[in-house]
Amino acid sequence: MRFLLDAEQRAFADSLHAMLTAADTPSVVRDWSRGDPASGRALWSRIAQTGVFALAVPEEYKGLGVRPVELAVAFVELGRHAVPGPLVETVTAAALLAGTGHAERFLPGLAAGEAMATVAYEGAYALDADVAAHRFSLSPDGLRLAPGAGAVRPCLDPARHLTALLPGGELLTTEPPLPHALTLARLATAAQALGVGLALLDRTVAYVRQRVQFGAPIGSFQAVKHRLADAKIALEFARPLVLGAALTLTPADVAAAKLRACEAAYTTARTALHLHGAIGYTAEYDLSLWLTKARALRTAWGSPDECRADVLGTA
Amino acid sequence: MDLAFTQEEEAFRAEARVWLEAHVPSVPLPSLETEAGFAAHRAWEAELAADRWSVVDWPTRYGGRGAGLIRWLLFEEEYYAAGAPGRVNQNGVSLLAPTLFDHGTEEQRARVLPSMATGEVIWAQAWSEPEAGSDLASLRARAVRAPGGWHLSGQKTWSSRAAFADRAFGLFRSDPDTPKPHQGLTYVMFDLRAPGVTVRPIGRLDGKPAFAELFLDDVFVPDEDVIGEPGQGWRIAMSTAANERGLTLRSPGRFLASADRLHALWQDRGSPAGAAHRVADALIGARAYQLFTYAAASRFLAGEPLGPQSSLNKVFWSEYDIALHETALDLLGADGELADTDWSERYVFSLAGPIYAGTNEIQRDIIAERLLGLPKGRR
Repeated sequence: MRFLLDAEQRAFADSLHAMLTAADTPSVVRDWSRGDPASGRALWSRIAQTGVFALAVPEEYKGLGVRPVELAVAFVELGRHAVPGPLVETVTAAALLAGTGHAERFLPGLAAGEAMATVAYEGAYALDADVAAHRFSLSPDGLRLAPGAGAVRPCLDPARHLTALLPGGELLTTEPPLPHALTLARLATAAQALGVGLALLDRTVAYVRQRVQFGAPIGSFQAVKHRLADAKIALEFARPLVLGAALTLTPADVAAAKLRACEAAYTTARTALHLHGAIGYTAEYDLSLWLTKARALRTAWGSPDECRADVLGTA
Repeated sequence: MDLAFTQEEEAFRAEARVWLEAHVPSVPLPSLETEAGFAAHRAWEAELAADRWSVVDWPTRYGGRGAGLIRWLLFEEEYYAAGAPGRVNQNGVSLLAPTLFDHGTEEQRARVLPSMATGEVIWAQAWSEPEAGSDLASLRARAVRAPGGWHLSGQKTWSSRAAFADRAFGLFRSDPDTPKPHQGLTYVMFDLRAPGVTVRPIGRLDGKPAFAELFLDDVFVPDEDVIGEPGQGWRIAMSTAANERGLTLRSPGRFLASADRLHALWQDRGSPAGAAHRVADALIGARAYQLFTYAAASRFLAGEPLGPQSSLNKVFWSEYDIALHETALDLLGADGELADTDWSERYVFSLAGPIYAGTNEIQRDIIAERLLGLPKGRR
């Protein structure tokens, strides 16, 4: 037992972090939210070049083989930088297509970052279907290539564009590997949420160190410290659940990771909003990019109740 | 990165399981916070020690198996899963022993540890005083130089296990004229039955004498019972505190077993939907604590210091433990009022968790200042 990231995994996270820091992701998120995806597409390509999407694609389709731990490590960084786009959905689509007769048709493009994919249950909302090249729907009879998508609904997280996929379309397979794909979707969402929470904590710690009231940084006040300590505890206990779930991939471990990472991120978001005061409550201030995402991820790919049911084995 | 144990580790786990199945009392022992229960738990320690299961991670020469941290974690998982009794010598094994390993002399280790391993000597802690709780460094009990040793005088309180224990360890002020309160303190072991010691048991919330006040009146302790250099007690005790909050005080095995029992209780009661959320959270919390501990153990074995990380741990398990037991009593309904059940004993014990071993407010200050880098302020 050695439950520690190795040097290579840590270096991968560090290089992704450095690349995303230099990429000025907040301005990319603003463009994406406005419906201008050019900068988001360019960033997507650079992310693909680091191998992120290839981590969800078998080697015979130009991937790196499915590597859940590295995928989780990568998604923590994507969340930390609030990267927009159908990240989880592209990985989920790759998992749904691997082993089907259409793997060769779609997977090399997904691995290379040439195409974004979105996927949703028929009748449910798909993320960023307005930008994705491929829109897959999970219908009762299998996996279909949806013929199109409806209008984009306005969302609390403006960087997430939700639309309903149109019914019908080409039937790709009647037996997609749904449990496996759902597991990866939840794992990636959990990791992304953890990254969102870590960024919110960092930004808030930096803010309370420099914000002065009553002649002292507000970060020296115990009431402020203790809320941030609680956020730190929640995040640090979610982290091993995420990495443990990446190793075991059991439905209970993955559901637990999804639940706790999303709750930790959301708790941290509430604390971040409160400790920033009114400035944190504005759309203009960049904190909002992470605040709104923390809320959205809570219910993406499994609500808290659905995750708890999987833990109890009552789903 | 992996969560797999070696064949040897799994064999060790299996050996522990077989022994525990054959030896764990089928009827729970009486509460260890009573005189009869204390004696029964002391006898259980001797039974464990007879087959070298009481301190598996210690070196063999002191009564252990030299099993190391990983096997200790596996043993703890098996121990609590088997429903084995609480450990009456926890203060000695988790607090004093690590201090002796780090700061004691070989003579002290050889003299103190074997009788601790067998339960022949049960240890109490003597940190707090009436005027020194969270602000422990302000303590006033004195150690005054005497030929061949020291005279201890003053009052200690909230001394866990002291009502029935044999010996105690704690900090005493050996130099009253230092610029800062945490200087001039000395770490001392002493006999609770020595002349000049008066032990007055205190009933905890359920009335059981789980702790005591100690009145010390010129109690002689020989030099050989001072740990480390006189005046260095604070530094030595803080390394103990790091152990206490860190890996050794509350192993994941305890909470994994409690969560499984809670899950079983919930199912016994017909899986009420209203409690599902809390039961799921108990299962998740135990798994989180287990994996957090595996990660900490992996870092420790890779040579990284644990440091203030242990404060995260202490807040987590102490609050987790209370929530789990509150859920259990709620599920028990009217039976939740009874004081003579396993659940009620553990519930009462859990309530003390956020208070002892450094209150959770102190821990949150440590997390904020040392892990997050926030500026120091008034407490």
